[in-house]
Amino acid sequence: MDLHLTNARATAEERAAVDSDLGAPESSWQGAQRQTVDTRAAFSGDATNRRHRLLPLLHRIQNRIGWISPGAVNYVALRLNVAPAEVHGVASFYGMFSLQPRPRVVAHVCDDIACFTHGSDKLCAELERTLGAAAFPCSDGRAIWLRSQCLGLCERAPAALVTSAGEKSYERVLAPASAEAVASLAEDAVYGRLPAEPDVLNVKTSAPQAARKNGFSPLRLLHRIAQGGASTLEAYQKLGGYRGLRKALELGPESTLRELFASRLLGRGGAAFPTAQKWEALFLQRHLLSEKRGRAHYVVCNADESEPGTFKDRILMEGDPFAVLEGMTIGGFVTGARRGFIYLRGEYPLAAERMQQAIKTATESGFLGDNILGNGLQFDVEIRRGAGAYICGEETALFNSIEGYRGEPRNKPPFPTQSGLFRQPTAVNNVETLVNVPGIILEGGASYARVGTKDSAGTRLFCLCGHVAQPGVYEIVMGSTLRQLIDLAGGVAGSGKLQAVLLGGAAGTFVGPEELDTPLTFEGTRAIGATLGSGVVMLFDHTVDLRHILLRIAGFFRHETCGQCVPCRVGVVRQQEALLRLVSGKPLGSAEQEITLLREIGQAMRDASICGLGQTAASALESAVQRWGLFL
Amino acid sequence: MILLWGSNARETHPIFFHHLLKGMRNSAELYVVDPRRTSSARWAHLWLGLDVGSDISLANAMGREIIASGLANERFIQHATSGFEAYKAHVEKYTLERAECDTGVPAEAIRKAARAYASAPRAQICWTLGITEHHNAVDNVVALINLALLTGHVGRYGSGVNPLRGQNNVQGGGDMGAIPDRLTGFQHVENDQLRAKFEKAWNVKLQSKSGWHLSDMFEAMDHGNLTRLYVLGENPADSEADRRRALKRLGGLEFLLVQDLFYTKTAELADVVLPAAAGAFESEGTVTSSERRVQRVRRTVPPPAGVRDDLDIVFDLARRLGHDWGTPDPEAIWNELRSLSPMHCGMSYRRLEEMGGIQWPCYDESHPGEMFLHGRLWSEPLIGPRAPFSVVEFEPPVDQLDEQYPIRLTTGRRLDDYNTGVQTGKYSSPLRRREALDVSPEDGERYKLREGEQVLVTSRRGSLVAPVRFDSALRPGLAFLSVHAHDQVATNDLTIDAVDPKSGTSEFKATAIRIERT
Repeated sequence: MDLHLTNARATAEERAAVDSDLGAPESSWQGAQRQTVDTRAAFSGDATNRRHRLLPLLHRIQNRIGWISPGAVNYVALRLNVAPAEVHGVASFYGMFSLQPRPRVVAHVCDDIACFTHGSDKLCAELERTLGAAAFPCSDGRAIWLRSQCLGLCERAPAALVTSAGEKSYERVLAPASAEAVASLAEDAVYGRLPAEPDVLNVKTSAPQAARKNGFSPLRLLHRIAQGGASTLEAYQKLGGYRGLRKALELGPESTLRELFASRLLGRGGAAFPTAQKWEALFLQRHLLSEKRGRAHYVVCNADESEPGTFKDRILMEGDPFAVLEGMTIGGFVTGARRGFIYLRGEYPLAAERMQQAIKTATESGFLGDNILGNGLQFDVEIRRGAGAYICGEETALFNSIEGYRGEPRNKPPFPTQSGLFRQPTAVNNVETLVNVPGIILEGGASYARVGTKDSAGTRLFCLCGHVAQPGVYEIVMGSTLRQLIDLAGGVAGSGKLQAVLLGGAAGTFVGPEELDTPLTFEGTRAIGATLGSGVVMLFDHTVDLRHILLRIAGFFRHETCGQCVPCRVGVVRQQEALLRLVSGKPLGSAEQEITLLREIGQAMRDASICGLGQTAASALESAVQRWGLFL
Repeated sequence: MILLWGSNARETHPIFFHHLLKGMRNSAELYVVDPRRTSSARWAHLWLGLDVGSDISLANAMGREIIASGLANERFIQHATSGFEAYKAHVEKYTLERAECDTGVPAEAIRKAARAYASAPRAQICWTLGITEHHNAVDNVVALINLALLTGHVGRYGSGVNPLRGQNNVQGGGDMGAIPDRLTGFQHVENDQLRAKFEKAWNVKLQSKSGWHLSDMFEAMDHGNLTRLYVLGENPADSEADRRRALKRLGGLEFLLVQDLFYTKTAELADVVLPAAAGAFESEGTVTSSERRVQRVRRTVPPPAGVRDDLDIVFDLARRLGHDWGTPDPEAIWNELRSLSPMHCGMSYRRLEEMGGIQWPCYDESHPGEMFLHGRLWSEPLIGPRAPFSVVEFEPPVDQLDEQYPIRLTTGRRLDDYNTGVQTGKYSSPLRRREALDVSPEDGERYKLREGEQVLVTSRRGSLVAPVRFDSALRPGLAFLSVHAHDQVATNDLTIDAVDPKSGTSEFKATAIRIERT
């Protein structure tokens, strides 16, 4: 609010985009015409308290105009009583926002590793030929195509997402995509002839196992999707929905928590932290809610699934949105939180639509709101959409993002259960974790714990992609081997000869064909120095040049580092540079020296980065070098 | 809750303001009272844009509102204060409606501020020259103190009444006795017993009456009662209100001695100039900050050739005047001070170093210092005298507006510069703009001015020419000039030297002017 670098003013359309969220400004200090009273007082408190509207406002402008101009930044700054520099800082943090003029129609074409195995390089080359170079306007300047990071549509690679800004904005998914289809969808967008739905969930393509008559095992997480999905409340209830919540209400918070402890459910987002322990931490602070002014608890659903190759949460939200809400509501009941947030990945239009619709229906039908199921329970859920920043999947970065700050991770401790969203005790859980909860309460924690292994209870979703016969989401009992999982998905595709499997996505590790009998459990993968991470299982046949995959991963981290702490900010750049020298056969000194340098960089990032991004940025590379002596 | 009253700390105390922002990040709310919507006010939850000099009416109305809404801290009032009933009866007439009329601030805003201040678990009032550069400066201050007494926001962690000092050692100047009626450690010079202690220690006879403050001195120059002046680190030739008169007075002196780091405007008038070392890094000693923390300063570089330490100069002067004090030793001088000033007694150099400074009072070497000054008001039973409410009445500024002089000029500082610019003017700053008369866009239109156009600004004492700049932080009828660049815009040619008899400060903040196109 001090520095006004430009006198740029918002256009009427930009103001309308902001006002459609906040209402018309009340005083000249927030952008209205100056009146006498404005020269005597400024009631800015309410504006200051709504800083958390910043990200939604930026979305509105981007969706309406197609880019965020300095004038729009200034207007948002006025409306929220925030310095324009801060607004700029936040807007420039996210990949989906453009601070340069850009055509209203944008085709984001994924060139990430999973799509690469399905010819995204050829697709991009074709687009370059037909539409011109990426990031240059085409179609008479009315559209533009951009290379994009993973869009989370890996089971239908290669993928594209077309967005069209305007009074009514559109997001349309195209997967699998061809150059003609991308060009024609962009053309349709320019002339407002887009399909009605952003996307469709085709169970056969996205969850082939669930579509089969006899799956591998009884499905716990995908069973409603297997039965045609539950996007309406009726369908959801018919398929057993909200019975878990009812049971929890009968049991009371303490017993519900006990069941959860008994289930030994570990978080499915990647860090594998006991869910019950998080909820208990909030439960134990419940007495403070009434005693302390301004104290609140929050349940946050981390649906910012951005790990390249991951798409399981998307399919759960698209096919079974009420299950996410039910899990969160039980979370609210146990933890004493009255508000929940779903931080939903910006690139998931259908999931956002389905979740939004589910929240609306649930609220109207008494499954959310002030008196849930007549029990007096209060719980509301709000969706906040990400805007193309991988780091916002890190829980504390996610909080900052919701609060309207740059999505930079915070130092831990304090942990979210002590000081999370809005500096209040917060339980943050992954989508898949939450979807597990109603079933656990219903069948009992002990019974759930008998599924899987001692240290890895329950079933787990895996995202199979790359060179696999039937890519998609698969649910298996923990303890099944990697080989069994790949067989379930029809075996290796491409050349048919497996070269490597990337477990856990860009932040994960490579394993070789000789490691296929590894049991897919937390402890099993740890034993071979790998990780389950977010459940990515990406296959590469023997024709793939892994060095290029590594280079793409290095490029991904360079792009996604938030730049807050030095080891990561510098490390990911140095890592990519060294890799580039190795790949192009021009090492500084010998290849051994470059590998030593890369190891040192990796070690520095592991030791000194404050969050998981820097700590895992070298992991895939190191696993490949260690297993296959790549570059040596 | 922080109530910033008559202070643009964002620009004048930027480091302090960073701490304030941290507090706000931890959910403290900032309220700002200032005629302009300053860059500090832009951070505020609520800004109250009162008329210059109407502070007492605003404070009294807030007091009345706090009492009327039952938010007064009755337990504290009974326990530790006196004069409440008289205060209550007095503020009765300061209704919100009346205050709106006096100050121009909407009643609703006053009500909100009063209730927020009174109901906050912890609240503090911070002020600077917007309160003190008035002909009734002390009344302004006590009007604010009344609010703190009313709510008990004093003597407790996170609460208090805080004048933000203008330099790192303004507090230290007072502590050391550089005020007309006090010896070191605020010991009154007219108290025979206290004075005797100093006389004994120094083996000299001390004058038994309070001395002159700055305004008294300048007046004395007129009557020929003051003919010789020794100026240390001040630049009155630029900083005095009604500057032309001040220059005439300085010019009439028989002898003027200036001791300074810089060759100031005042130095130009001097008979003798003594170049002095920089206190911050070329000499040894202590400073005292706004929070009463005494800290060591150390010499890190020797002063340039020909430049001498203040102590050196004073010792040499004493020798020439017939008193040989020996060789100056900062620590020995400090220890002498500790022996005479009880509140500094426990602050040995060793402890100051070990503890990173100590907040006075610190009575002996086992005393940790006091984090806040008035904690005694909460002790059971009460220690020391009760804190008195004061009855103060709103009085408009001396320099009244009329048809001839319809615009209220107020003065202050901008981020890049410090006071008359002696210490800052020579440095470049990316944000500094040429000094200009800030007026509201409405007045720009009314007087048909173009931005950047030179205008003639006239007060009852003088006139100057300055470029004009539009600033929506100002309302119609209010203009602003800084005091930084007297070679460009001699702001103090306009200001009035109406002095608060209690503090000796002139009413820099309220001048009546008119603006004419040139």
